[in-house]
Amino acid sequence: MTSSLRRDDPPTDVVAPKAAPSTRPRPRIRPVLLTHLAAALLALLGVVALTFLVGPIEQLRIAKVGYLMLAIAGLQLLVGASGQISLGHGAFMFIGAYATALTVLHAPMVPLAAIMVLTVVVGCLAGIVVGAATARLHGPYLAGATLALAVGLPALALYFSDILGGSNGLLFKMRGAPPELAGLVTDNQWKAWVIWFTVLVALVVLATLSRGRLGRRLRAIRDDEAAAAMAGIPVGRTKVTAFVISAGCGSLAGACEAYLLGTATPSSFSLALSLSLLAALVLGGLGSLWGAFWGALALVYLELAGKELADLLGLSSSVADNVPLVFFGTLLIVIVMAWPMGIHGALSRLSGVVRRR
Amino acid sequence: MAPTAPSPLMEVEGVTVRFGGLAALSDVGLTIAPQSVTGLIGPNGAGKTTLFNVITGVVRPQRGTITFKGRPLRNHRPHQLARLGIARTFQGLNLFERMTVLDNVIVGADPLGRSRLPGMLTGLGSYQRDERELTDRAMAVLEEFGIADVAHAYPSTLPYGLQKRVALARALVAEPELLLMDEPASGLSGADMADLAATIRRCSQTMGVVLVEHHMDLVMDVCDHIVVLNFGQVICSGPPSVVQADPAVAEAYLGTPVQEAAGE
Repeated sequence: MTSSLRRDDPPTDVVAPKAAPSTRPRPRIRPVLLTHLAAALLALLGVVALTFLVGPIEQLRIAKVGYLMLAIAGLQLLVGASGQISLGHGAFMFIGAYATALTVLHAPMVPLAAIMVLTVVVGCLAGIVVGAATARLHGPYLAGATLALAVGLPALALYFSDILGGSNGLLFKMRGAPPELAGLVTDNQWKAWVIWFTVLVALVVLATLSRGRLGRRLRAIRDDEAAAAMAGIPVGRTKVTAFVISAGCGSLAGACEAYLLGTATPSSFSLALSLSLLAALVLGGLGSLWGAFWGALALVYLELAGKELADLLGLSSSVADNVPLVFFGTLLIVIVMAWPMGIHGALSRLSGVVRRR
Repeated sequence: MAPTAPSPLMEVEGVTVRFGGLAALSDVGLTIAPQSVTGLIGPNGAGKTTLFNVITGVVRPQRGTITFKGRPLRNHRPHQLARLGIARTFQGLNLFERMTVLDNVIVGADPLGRSRLPGMLTGLGSYQRDERELTDRAMAVLEEFGIADVAHAYPSTLPYGLQKRVALARALVAEPELLLMDEPASGLSGADMADLAATIRRCSQTMGVVLVEHHMDLVMDVCDHIVVLNFGQVICSGPPSVVQADPAVAEAYLGTPVQEAAGE
């Protein structure tokens, strides 16, 4: 069957050769991995340069944009590419953050890279369990099941409070910049670099798999399960694979957060986080990994803008605390109404218009 | 390709499917020879689609066996068929709407890929070779079907006749040995229909084709063998001339006994 795979000229008994003979240039395929690695390297250099230009608080925010982007990008693979939905991705961040905290507290000699790998493994294992259980669920049922996860899992921290620290969570200390760089690089700066490095490595994997055979399989399943199955794609297994990768990304994002803040508390992985991740993805654009970038930017800086707006209006704290949420929600509605494909959709249409000029 | 071995490509024997008390298929059997076109006809509700679904593993029969190339298909699932060499087109086309025409066809070529999960994740191993070979293969088939110039369009932007060709290209790109076509002619214009007949004949040079179809002109034109179903039972089977002459077939379609006087 594969014998004619490399056949260059069509067979002689061709019927209906209406198109011009094959002088047409074949679509060129660049080495995907190298392209993505180069782009990631550029992005990392950009982030390193940026951290020298801004203050310590801004450096924290840059790091936060990084790990939120990873969590949203994982969700993009699940929602945008494979057409499943998860309202519980905060739960996988919870798993990653607590896995990091427990490792640091109980095995302080384990190097950071090993911790990161460990959290991905733990997140993927959790993803296998949840994904296998939810593989037969569609749409609202899957949303419901993952919602239960987001609500239930952080409660474990309260239930097993002697191990997981209850509502105060776990506090631990992680080394910042290496001593050789003391005076040149601040701890915040170093942590931002480490987080962006981790995030970009994960994004290279996500971008590569999305461009290739697995990404195509996922999109085929999203568009038509019956036709995808007839094309030889194992539908159930592929959906679980997407869920597992997505969970691994969420867990790694949680590990990055724990590394940055030195804490893991149940309140930071509330249902609101899970919903914000999904909202940010929709805001940023469902179709592309760029959507995750815009979504993460929006999540961090719209919240900030909302807080500043509340301060400006001199609102009481009970009102002011909710202003960022209202601000974010309103903007989400406006943007999605104007551009259904989110910020990325709007930008790519804009660039299309500019190029045609 | 070498002349056919005497053994059939697929054999369906004694297949019975009941939905509740309703017998959708009872004791249905048919034999598909390699490099031939088998037509499956019958009035609406006769069980044609159910038989397709049994063959593709969507519906499990209560009784009966299906043998493909001498190997029994038992508890098979739809996604295993592509690798065995069985492809199918759908009545409703079922194209991937948010993927380009090229990507639609590359998905059809997926069984030819060699990369495994680690390679698909990291871009190493056979990833790059798969991308190149599957894309080339898909482009070659698009050119065969005269739709290479719309490779980067989305299916919904194309006229229906072209969409049908995309669906057929997707089914054929992995070079199956058995092609199941569910009403390929529905909604086609006269010229497209002639194209389709030519394509089906061309396919039958290298593979077995099973056709569920209502357009009798097309069926009588391209089929080597016709099986007529009515109320879940095979009421007639044979070459087109035999089926056309069978009074039971006319009765099934027209619902009344054939006029005796017509023959005299």
